Amino acid sequence: MLQQLGQLPMGWLLTALLLFVVSAGFSIGRIRAERYSLSSSGKFHSRPNYHGYYVAMWGLAPALILALAYLLLAEPLARDLLTRELPAAFHRLPKAELVSYLDAVSAVSAHGAYDGSDRVFTAVTHRYLELSGSLKITTLAMILLSAVLGVMFARSHVSPDFRARQRVESGAELFLFLCAAIAIATTVGIVASLFYESIRFFSQVPVTDFLFGTRWNAQTNAEFGAVPLFFGTFMIALIAMFVAAPVGLFAAIYLSEYASGKTRAYVKPLLEVLAGIPTVVYGFFALLVVAPGVRSIALWINATLIDVGLANGPVFAAQPTSALAAGLVMGIMVIPFVSSLSDDVINAVPQTLRDAAFAMGATKSETIKQVILPAALPGIVASLLLAVSRAIGETMIVVMAAGQRARISFDPSTDLTTITVQIVALLTGETEFDSPKTLSAFALGLVLFLVTLCFNLIALRVVQRYREKYE
Amino acid sequence: MDTVGPAKADLALTGEGADNTQALTYPRIDCKNVSVYYDDKQAVFDVSLAIHDRAVTALIGPSGCGKSTFLRCLNRMNDTIEGAKVTGDIFMEGENINSPDVDPVLLRSRVGMVFQKPNPFPKSIYDNIAYGPRIHGMVDGRDDLDAVVEKSLRRAGLWDEVKDRLTQPGTSLSGGQQQRLCIARAIAVRPEVILMDEPCSALDPIATARIEELIDELRKRYCIVIVTHSMQQAARVSQRTAFFHLGNLVEMGDTDQIFTNPRVRRTEDYITGRFG
Repeated sequence: MLQQLGQLPMGWLLTALLLFVVSAGFSIGRIRAERYSLSSSGKFHSRPNYHGYYVAMWGLAPALILALAYLLLAEPLARDLLTRELPAAFHRLPKAELVSYLDAVSAVSAHGAYDGSDRVFTAVTHRYLELSGSLKITTLAMILLSAVLGVMFARSHVSPDFRARQRVESGAELFLFLCAAIAIATTVGIVASLFYESIRFFSQVPVTDFLFGTRWNAQTNAEFGAVPLFFGTFMIALIAMFVAAPVGLFAAIYLSEYASGKTRAYVKPLLEVLAGIPTVVYGFFALLVVAPGVRSIALWINATLIDVGLANGPVFAAQPTSALAAGLVMGIMVIPFVSSLSDDVINAVPQTLRDAAFAMGATKSETIKQVILPAALPGIVASLLLAVSRAIGETMIVVMAAGQRARISFDPSTDLTTITVQIVALLTGETEFDSPKTLSAFALGLVLFLVTLCFNLIALRVVQRYREKYE
Repeated sequence: MDTVGPAKADLALTGEGADNTQALTYPRIDCKNVSVYYDDKQAVFDVSLAIHDRAVTALIGPSGCGKSTFLRCLNRMNDTIEGAKVTGDIFMEGENINSPDVDPVLLRSRVGMVFQKPNPFPKSIYDNIAYGPRIHGMVDGRDDLDAVVEKSLRRAGLWDEVKDRLTQPGTSLSGGQQQRLCIARAIAVRPEVILMDEPCSALDPIATARIEELIDELRKRYCIVIVTHSMQQAARVSQRTAFFHLGNLVEMGDTDQIFTNPRVRRTEDYITGRFG
């Protein structure tokens, strides 16, 4: 019996139950309020619907909390109970093996009771189904009980003087606040886990070795000097900004100052399409088109330099993947970040300033250089900072086109690796979660997070300052 | 409709000798059949009028009557508006400034403009004034520039208030001071004409009174055209008044005559507050 209950589709059951509670609560509250208002001569403070919402709210809130708790806690709880009942032989297993055994149990149980040749496994799955069945039935009963109690409690409030509308409004506000809180809590959670895992990493590898070491070989030699990664990230982001800053800025100036309304209406969305191209597409563009191009140009320069006698051997490494290829394509990718935001801030420079400059007899380019750009400068700087943090965090392009070798080289035709590339490399394939190799990914992630956070904070501050000035 | 020459009283006020009298005899700016279109919509219809030197000409009329649009023809500011088209001839010193051959950039160094809202550049007070002389290459060296800045600020009646803080941003001044800074900025390029588009509408009565005094002072050296919504202001500061309505010039004449003895019924109705 309990085993059958173990297979109940809880998602559907919970949804149906909650819907029932809401509609029943609403009708109960509303009908009661209506009946009162018909019988008594006094005027009701809130309309019957609000009494309905109020009662439904009281039915729903505790039920929802219980349902959430079930979804989060039921599986670990069932596993915990099961583990306690397992024979002693299981407890001597390494932790990872026990976990994968339990994973298999719950995976098999999801399709119903297992009956096979492995008698122990059969018995364990049966027991697991029994345990989760009793958990499910208890939860359903508790939800129903709490809903009934909630509805009864709220129903007793229904009276002409009761300010149901205000209560419903504040309930709605609380709900909206919780939604906002979820986003913040998630961020906090991610940051906390980054910190936690990083601290575990730094207990095995000294912080100074990580931050200042110049040899990175996490895969084979357990060398965790991240400087080459920082260098690669910085180098590629720098190349990207050499492309994106002038092109984006000039595009923004053209769009906001020179383009006619019609041109602008077509060109601006087209530019912003660049931001919508999936980065993997940029990645293979970089790998298949730009990288070979960079290589052949580098080879040509090498040959020419040797021909004219300026060099004895090849000057450029001319690798098949290169920092320059990844940087150029990344630069193209972040152009819309620069152009779109700069365009906005240039447009936000008041027309009266343009008029003032024109009326002084300034030409268009004088007006732009001497009045508009200085006034828009903080916003432009902010847009560049945001583009930098986008470039630093970009992964797909560098994974495909920058290479895997961690090293410090100023030759743009050589391959470099970045923080993001190494995180991908460390966490794909077979990984153990407590080796320093895997944990180093968290430390890298933390660095990445802190750097981009700084850039974003500075950018936001600058933009805010700028806004205050013209309002 | 138009009377030739300013009122006699002006002669006494300006009093700067013979070539002054000549400037008074001939109009500084002569507009013939000026029309302005925004795309297909016509905003100013066939306006012809003469603007005299060393006098203040006020353009009055209800909102949307085309007076600001007309004012912006005089320094080709309508060129900066997409879809705006100006037809007709505007003669200044015998040259048609509405001709495509005329460079608006050079024209605007001869015709300064002050706007409705004070709009100093986000630069220091000094650099605000120095902006025009610098871009037009009017000065040699720092001393020369310092002199121009001081002279312009003195003429705008602002020198004593700002002489100790020339390096502070122009936007740190009060509204009235900012507007006088904008006037100083306009006169720093030694224009012949100054256009003012409702220069006091964003100012309090005391700041307004100061600007009006200043306008009266500047009249001795420049040809001034002012757009205003306030009929009292037009009566106080101007010698000549043009009344616009629905994009047409209804009547133009000496201010005294317009305000005491208008020839057209619509002018009288507007001045006495029956519409507008």
